[in-house]
Amino acid sequence: MLGFLLRRLGDIIPTFFGVTLLVFFLIRLIPGDPILMMAGERGVDAVRYAELQAQYGFDQPVIVQYYHYLVGVFQGDLGRSFVTKKPVFEEFMTLFPATVELSIMGILFAVIIGLPLGVIAAIKRGTIVDHTTMTISLTGYSMPIFWWALLLIMFFSTTLGWTPVSGRLSIFYYIEPVTGFMLIDTLISGEKGAFVSALRHLILPTIALGTIPMAVIARMTRSSMLEVLGEDYIRVARAKGLAPMRVIMVHALRNALIPVITVIGLQVGVLLAGAILTETIFSWPGIGKWIVEALGRRDYPTIQGGILMIAFLMMSVNLLVDLLYGVINPRIRHRR
Amino acid sequence: MKSNFVKVAIGAALLATTALAAPTAASAKTLVYCSEGSPEGFNPALYTAGTTFDASSRQVFNRLVQFKRGTTTIVPGLATSWDISADGTEYTFHLREGVKFHTTGDFTPTRDFNADDIMFTFMRQWSKDHPYNGVSGGSYEYFNSMSMPDLIKDIVKVDDYTVKFVLNRPEAPFIANLAMDFASVLSGEYADNMLEAGTPENVDLNPVGTGPFQLVQYQKDAVIRYKANPDYWEGPAAIDNLIFAITPDSTVRYQKLKAGECHVMPYPNPADLAAMEADADVNLMSQEGLNVGYLGYNTEKEPFTKAEVRKALNMAINKEAIIEAVYQGAGAVAKNPLPPTIWSYNNDTVDDPFDPEAAKKMLADAGYPDGFTTDIWAMPVQRPYNPNARRMAEMIQADWAAIGVTAEIVSYEWGEYLERTKQGEQGTFMLGWTGDNGDPDNFLAVLLGCDAVGSANRSRWCNDEFDGLIQQAKTTADVLERTRLYEEAQTVFKREAPWATIAHSIVFEPIRNEVVDYKIDPFGGHIFYGVDIKE
Repeated sequence: MLGFLLRRLGDIIPTFFGVTLLVFFLIRLIPGDPILMMAGERGVDAVRYAELQAQYGFDQPVIVQYYHYLVGVFQGDLGRSFVTKKPVFEEFMTLFPATVELSIMGILFAVIIGLPLGVIAAIKRGTIVDHTTMTISLTGYSMPIFWWALLLIMFFSTTLGWTPVSGRLSIFYYIEPVTGFMLIDTLISGEKGAFVSALRHLILPTIALGTIPMAVIARMTRSSMLEVLGEDYIRVARAKGLAPMRVIMVHALRNALIPVITVIGLQVGVLLAGAILTETIFSWPGIGKWIVEALGRRDYPTIQGGILMIAFLMMSVNLLVDLLYGVINPRIRHRR
Repeated sequence: MKSNFVKVAIGAALLATTALAAPTAASAKTLVYCSEGSPEGFNPALYTAGTTFDASSRQVFNRLVQFKRGTTTIVPGLATSWDISADGTEYTFHLREGVKFHTTGDFTPTRDFNADDIMFTFMRQWSKDHPYNGVSGGSYEYFNSMSMPDLIKDIVKVDDYTVKFVLNRPEAPFIANLAMDFASVLSGEYADNMLEAGTPENVDLNPVGTGPFQLVQYQKDAVIRYKANPDYWEGPAAIDNLIFAITPDSTVRYQKLKAGECHVMPYPNPADLAAMEADADVNLMSQEGLNVGYLGYNTEKEPFTKAEVRKALNMAINKEAIIEAVYQGAGAVAKNPLPPTIWSYNNDTVDDPFDPEAAKKMLADAGYPDGFTTDIWAMPVQRPYNPNARRMAEMIQADWAAIGVTAEIVSYEWGEYLERTKQGEQGTFMLGWTGDNGDPDNFLAVLLGCDAVGSANRSRWCNDEFDGLIQQAKTTADVLERTRLYEEAQTVFKREAPWATIAHSIVFEPIRNEVVDYKIDPFGGHIFYGVDIKE
């Protein structure tokens, strides 16, 4: 097992280096001098320009800048934002819980709705139920997030007044962040109604973000179920006289779930991408919006740090999953 | 009996806690502003973005002199009066007494505002040796871009309530510069305390000012909370709490306004304006912005060296059509290089008429009967003074084609565009300007002065008559005389036509009907002192 872990770690280190290289140099390939961008129409004179270049370290060769950056990263220092002058790591940690909270809710929504929909569609194959479900999921998959989100806001918030328009919590609650997860923080604070308010604020962003993964999961579950339902052992189970519910839930669904779980895992990437749009529309203070804003301002340390942190987390999650596979399936552990 | 009493007591206690839980809801007046983004920080001297000024200088701080709300007129702020020496190089400010700084979690002031705070504020930005000069990145872009380092010769504390600025040369707009956001006065005592504690950057993160509101809480990308300063020297604000609900998407801001989740919102989506106009709950305020969008001619390049050619091209441009198509109605035709909200705007200027026939003739008289070939540089970005430069360029291209001038549209990435136009690579180019301090000098000298050729004067137009007038105005303290000089300069400008002045954009501010006394700030800021909410 230790050997397996070491092998996996051996894969991670070069990947990590690769990511630092990519983010560092790709950002510098984007046209646009951060100093000139910041100065805008007002411009900046040559002396001041040189001063600022020195301050940001741009006067050194790129390779030296990369070296300094790398040394910083290994000491846990991602640099300071050009704009806010605050440590990038600190800003990331303030905003990241909001993205995680929303993503977890999104994936929960997708699984809780998508899985049963897929199962029902498979059982009722060819009927009106099947067609309706699949039409809905195709529509969900095809809708641009920002448009869908605006429709949700206009209908549920402005017209019906059922949910708040945007934000994470009603402004009338004053909560100091402890964990950064609003649902937890509102519970800790003990303020009456705050938890419900946080929950209400989550409804629309969750639906907006979870719709596409929900549609994917529903379609995947349906086709996987259809395949399994045609297998011999299902026919045997039915012939033995097992209750239909038991055949579907125990014999069919369990086996159908394997590819579905892989798809759910892949949706995490989709969620992060979707989070950028969802966060902007719902004024959700997460990292997606933060990185996009930094790109617009050519805030190199923030872009580099943000992407590196996301890559690092994805790699860690992958490593964990690989290790779990290894634990579950000895064949993976001993291969190679 | 006893158990009943316990029940009642518990019930009462619960009620009391519920009431306490939402203290801002019932008793206090809270105004919610759906702001467009997070501030870069809370020290306005370090930043240049309007979003940052809205969150800091405009609520938390005061300046020596200030702009009267809703105007570009200068009124006393932390200085009650000032004297200018006869040669125009010494400005002596008499400071207001009894002004209190905010008491915050970090800081309890032991003294009132005085000259030490002025010294701290300006020495930090001016003197490289000041212990705070390098704190929080230490870049004072506005202080630099208003040429304050060259302008100031010395800053002297005369006594506790008198401060003198000595300048290297007379400069009438200096007083307007001091009303700008970067000149917001910070507490010197707080700075000393933080330096001693080893956390000087706290001064820029947890602001302590003398302004009408004090910062209570900031959560990045989510919310900023302020409470009214009970000791404010102009009297406490009419509202008790001010909340910025950070909402980056303009359509969502409008939805929040409709749903009553905020009272005021900035920067509406032009597509929503018609709906806002029709909305019974919303009052759509509007005013011409402190900006100008223009097309400049590179006056060092043939054929734009000739004023008749420039004038002919101006007459070929259909500005009304541009206002309709590019600004979607949210603009006004510009005839001067200044917006009408600035004093000394010359109302008597006659704009070049839209007359392609006359333009064609004028061009022929200037020696170009068959027209010529040139370029139009279009900015790659959307700016308040020009929402769609590409579209505008296409329209001008078509207008010029009608008089035989063939123009190719050119564009570069924004930083590159600014740099290349500065070098004078362009034939004609689009750009604009938003005023900083409401002084005519900030448009005329910065954009058209001979000194500015090679920097912001991208037309590279240096006219002795014009430059003489604006230089004279710069060194004259008398406002009436300055007005006359600037009006004359505008006449010269119009005659020589280094630019085609296209438009001043119109700023829209939707507010809910219950908001009372809100005024649009000509500088594009959002100011909530003086604003009230109807119960």
